[in-house]
Amino acid sequence: MAEFSLPANSKIGKGKTVKADGAKNTKNFSIYRWNPDDGENPKMDTYEVDLDTCGPMVLDALIKIKNEMDSTVTFRRSCREGVCGSCAMNIDGTNTLACTKAIEDVKGDVAITPLPHMEVVKDLVPDLSNFYAQYASIKPWMRTQSTTPEKERRQSKEDRVKLDGLYECILCACCSTSCPSYWWNGDKYLGPAVLLQAYRWLIDSRDEATGERLDNLEDPFRLYRCHTIMNCANACPKGLNPAKAIAEIKKMMVERKG
Amino acid sequence: MAQVKRPLSPHLQVYRWGAHMAVSIINRMTGVALAVGTILLAWWLVAIATGYEYFNTIQGYADSILGRLVLFGLTYALMQHLAGGIRHLFMDTGKMYDLKSNTLSAKLTFVFAIVTTLAIWFAAYKVMGRL
Repeated sequence: MAEFSLPANSKIGKGKTVKADGAKNTKNFSIYRWNPDDGENPKMDTYEVDLDTCGPMVLDALIKIKNEMDSTVTFRRSCREGVCGSCAMNIDGTNTLACTKAIEDVKGDVAITPLPHMEVVKDLVPDLSNFYAQYASIKPWMRTQSTTPEKERRQSKEDRVKLDGLYECILCACCSTSCPSYWWNGDKYLGPAVLLQAYRWLIDSRDEATGERLDNLEDPFRLYRCHTIMNCANACPKGLNPAKAIAEIKKMMVERKG
Repeated sequence: MAQVKRPLSPHLQVYRWGAHMAVSIINRMTGVALAVGTILLAWWLVAIATGYEYFNTIQGYADSILGRLVLFGLTYALMQHLAGGIRHLFMDTGKMYDLKSNTLSAKLTFVFAIVTTLAIWFAAYKVMGRL
């Protein structure tokens, strides 16, 4: 049964406020903080950021806060251009990448929390072990039985086009952690990101394990917990559509039954 | 050192709602309401079979303010669930997944349900000569 409220140790308290002295053009960033070492509940700390000396993206503000105001603020980041997927978090109520989310697109204060319904390692860093294990479970590589050709395995242009909208996924987990079905059944349901990847291999004309892949997904939870709520497609920072990919897998399941 | 129990990050508490999310949960809630409504319908049918006097009593309940509120709610639930079901039918064939048509169709289910519910009640009042 789904637990709609947060457990006692996860209830969020009010934290401190850090002012930007002397700044004229400011915006408040309210950030989820939890430190595994102090034994306290999570809280929201507010940082007043001087926008005149800050870059345009939410990640710029986070880095500025860490550099100039509070070095203990913890988050993941790497490429700062929407390619690596490290800075996925919930900004202003929606999962997205901090590096591609413009500060000016958020009205009022900017609330930042970790990816939803995940165990928190520290501050904005969630534990993604289960997510990665689920990804590994779909065997995300080309599986073949035929004799290996002397050169590459060839693919027609038409078949290659089928991978568009799938191969661009950066596995940031924005979609999976936006999905209520994944919140309530994340231990058994594979979630949108992993199912989009599963479909990416199912329709690859060069892959020869389609039947086995479908067998693996034929399960009340792994695939069929998708109720087309559509939070995934609305959240995806790369503009992909995991819900559509899941629908295509469901169609493949029906079609193979004949 | 024993590991500290990690907190669960906020989910429903912070997530921003949209029409797509609302139509999904309302489809489930109206489904549950209709299941209960079916029991009431069965009760009403039993009343018909039981006899004139008992049927009149039940009609009295149904005609009370509370009874009419429940029936109005059930009418809305049926219309909302119908529209949501038709939307799901399209989605089952792989259509209406692009964000534009998906959000629009989600909003249209609410418009459909409210308009048809009001129309049904207007017609009912008209037929019964209460308008």
